[in-house]
Amino acid sequence: MTPHILTRSLDRAATTFILVVAALGVLIPLSNLLLPQGSLFQVPTYLVALWGKYVCYAILALSIDLIWGYCGILSLGHGAFFALGGYAMGMYLMRQIGSRGVYGNPILPDFMVFLNWDKLPWYWYGFDHFAFAALMVFLVPGLLAFCFGWLAFRSRVTGVYLSIITQAMTYALLLAFFRNDFGFGGNNGLTDFKDILGFNVQAEGTRAALFFLSCVALLIAFFICRAIVTSKLGKVLIAVRDAESRTRFLGYRVESYKLFVFTLSACMAGVAGALYVPQVGIINPSEFAPGNSIEAVIWVAVGGRGTLVGAALGAVVVNYAKTFFTSGPLAPYWLFMLGALFILVTLLLPKGIVGTYNSWRETRRSAAAAADEASAAREDGVAAPKMAE
Amino acid sequence: MFANCFVRLRAAFLSILLITCFALPALAGPFEDSVAKFANDEFSDTEEAIGEIAASGNQLAFPIISALQDGRLSADPETKKVFITQADSKIVDATTGAAVDKLPDNAATVRLNNRLRRTVEAALGGLTLMSPDPAKRLAAAQSVFKSHEESALPNVEAALAKETNKATRQAFAEARAAILLFKSDASDNDKLEAIAVIKARGDQEAMALLTSIGSDQPPLVAKAAAGAISSIQGNLAIWSGVQNAWYGLSLGSVLLLAAIGLAITFGVMGVINMAHGEMVMLGAYTTFVVQEVIRTRYPALFDYSLLIAVPLAFLVAGGIGVLIERSIIRFLYGRPLETLLATWGLSLVLQQAVRTAFGPTNREVGNPSWMSGAFELGQITITYNRLWILCFTMAVFAILLAMLRYSAIGLEMRAVTQNRRMAASMGIATSRVDALTFGLGSGIAGIAGVALSQIDNVSPNLGQSYIIDSFMVVVFGGVGNLWGTLVGAFTLGIANKFLEPVAGAVLGKIAILVLIILFIQKRPRGLFALKGRAVEA
Repeated sequence: MTPHILTRSLDRAATTFILVVAALGVLIPLSNLLLPQGSLFQVPTYLVALWGKYVCYAILALSIDLIWGYCGILSLGHGAFFALGGYAMGMYLMRQIGSRGVYGNPILPDFMVFLNWDKLPWYWYGFDHFAFAALMVFLVPGLLAFCFGWLAFRSRVTGVYLSIITQAMTYALLLAFFRNDFGFGGNNGLTDFKDILGFNVQAEGTRAALFFLSCVALLIAFFICRAIVTSKLGKVLIAVRDAESRTRFLGYRVESYKLFVFTLSACMAGVAGALYVPQVGIINPSEFAPGNSIEAVIWVAVGGRGTLVGAALGAVVVNYAKTFFTSGPLAPYWLFMLGALFILVTLLLPKGIVGTYNSWRETRRSAAAAADEASAAREDGVAAPKMAE
Repeated sequence: MFANCFVRLRAAFLSILLITCFALPALAGPFEDSVAKFANDEFSDTEEAIGEIAASGNQLAFPIISALQDGRLSADPETKKVFITQADSKIVDATTGAAVDKLPDNAATVRLNNRLRRTVEAALGGLTLMSPDPAKRLAAAQSVFKSHEESALPNVEAALAKETNKATRQAFAEARAAILLFKSDASDNDKLEAIAVIKARGDQEAMALLTSIGSDQPPLVAKAAAGAISSIQGNLAIWSGVQNAWYGLSLGSVLLLAAIGLAITFGVMGVINMAHGEMVMLGAYTTFVVQEVIRTRYPALFDYSLLIAVPLAFLVAGGIGVLIERSIIRFLYGRPLETLLATWGLSLVLQQAVRTAFGPTNREVGNPSWMSGAFELGQITITYNRLWILCFTMAVFAILLAMLRYSAIGLEMRAVTQNRRMAASMGIATSRVDALTFGLGSGIAGIAGVALSQIDNVSPNLGQSYIIDSFMVVVFGGVGNLWGTLVGAFTLGIANKFLEPVAGAVLGKIAILVLIILFIQKRPRGLFALKGRAVEA
């Protein structure tokens, strides 16, 4: 028996989502590993890595939907939390290279040897232990979000002002990580990974396992978000989104609620980044680019903000389209399409795919209910409207 | 082609005529004998010839000796005639300056050895000190100031006595002071005077000179030098402050220009226009197109290209702005976050459209003659393009301010900013005001593009590099008030430039961003916030 909080109001979309993700998470790795290569149903390894990437993006989209869709905080800097989580994982992976790097230094990563550094900077200490790195994946984005949110929400920076300063935050981090003397590999970032927990990062088995873990993480993130938005806490968040001052006047500490979801959402984004890095094999400062964060917001908008399922769906759909178009002859037109997507979705499909589908079903259901009532009334013979035949 | 040939012929003819005129007084006399010595192919004769020619004061002395230095001087040992091969590979007779068709078959280049090369350099130095061109004399005096070569002293003193140009005269005096300061047998009084002269110069080079005089100086001189050094240091610190302030003003004017349109759209309409940077880019590309047309059709108008581009850029960017407002933004009023996303998408489309039309690489936009070059003001160099951009920005700002204050549409805009519903009740067509406001903001961004095309690369990414900075300015200065934008832009520009030497360019920028984020906590609505009674802005 699952706890009440998980099953509460599991609608059809959510159930379908959970089943699909669980099925993909199990079937894709199994088909990749067990079926013979070249078989019709065998998923090639590159596709496993690609879909693993999509799943990580879906987690990022969920984290944005939690704050934007339910609490009205439009963060244009969520890519920064994603990238910070990624860097934490990347630092662990760099330390695992050990003496197998080009310069063969057992302690220092290659780029530090190249820059003639003689010892590890203090902030790299501890990253040779997976547990420490995993903790940092939560802690670094979480702490940044907490400090940032504490300052911003307490002084009631809202709306577009908040969006702009989150953008400034990720831009400042972008500039900082581009610097060589910052100690994170500068322009090139961290790459050339070898092992994760003793398994080869490139191996098929590891990739399949990472994909499986990403799906598990997506489901956990989904359950957490679901639990939050269907609880009383979720109701307060929606109230903050719709009428912040009124909620405050009713006696709620708005800033505490906002700070809580903002920090949680940053941790989720950090986890997404941490799972993303070993599957993609590189993390560099361009992940901090403000454009990336805005793009992540549009995934949520396409899928449907405030629907959770839609956010994950939007991330996969937009990124699948991106892969499809940028690898074909249509590549020069991708930016036109992406731009048009931004415009058209905000103008014509403000509820996104899932939101529009939901409201369409709603109207059909209420129309059907109205028709039922009408026919019932006619059978009773009470003031039934005359139907023109 | 034919006309071109003619122009060249005419130029050649004129130059020959000129050289012949100069050469006239030297037709007879010892000068010819001296020149003939080059033909002996003996180093001692060559040395004598150099000395005599340098002392002759003949107009041809400089061309001959510089030709000798570059290996362009040839001599015919039989006829004792000497020839100069000019830089444009024309050949002239060294004694008369008359043109010669070709070198005689047995003419050989006059050879030099290392000792002679030094003699040649010294002779050239002396000759340039006497050069009729004041700019050349100035350069020669400055090089003597740096080298403080004792052997140049008589030449410098002779030149100083004859000099009439004020700036050059001072340069000679400084050169003389530099030599005296390092001359071991100069009297203390001479040295003290020299230190005073160098102190008055007061720049980096003067300080380098004073710090390198060594410790074996008489105590009086050493003390004066130390005093002069500390005075120069104070002077330099002030000038570097002035320099930073100027750079800051310049950066601030660029920021202001980029942000001012944003301040209007954001301030009046509460619309976040992420495509604002692309309006700047369109303005820059308008300039490019105007210059292309002028280059191919009316080259004489090139100096006016920017004046033509400014109204065109305003119309292009403003027109597109009105179009955007009518087709997209109109439907998103009251939903600022959605507007932000839609305009971001729009910026992607515009960028890619320009990339498709003009290519992804940087486009060449030229400086008109009145915008290129620089002048010195004390110890700092001010480039004309930066100065003009500062003036231009202030003019745009003043016009905009006057427009908002005194024109009917400005009044309507202010009314809509302060209270949209009240303004609508008073009969103001708010949607028309919105369209015009957006067009105005975009048009000003286009004008900014014209100015920025002069100092930045014109590429499809031009706008993106300004958009975050512009937002910072607007957020810092506060919306709905142009003065806030002005103060914000100049504060950020100057703060940035004063942080740069301390922290480096990138760290300085990061520090500014962090400071703004912290500042927003204190004043969430910027420096000059509009006061209102609304709970939720």
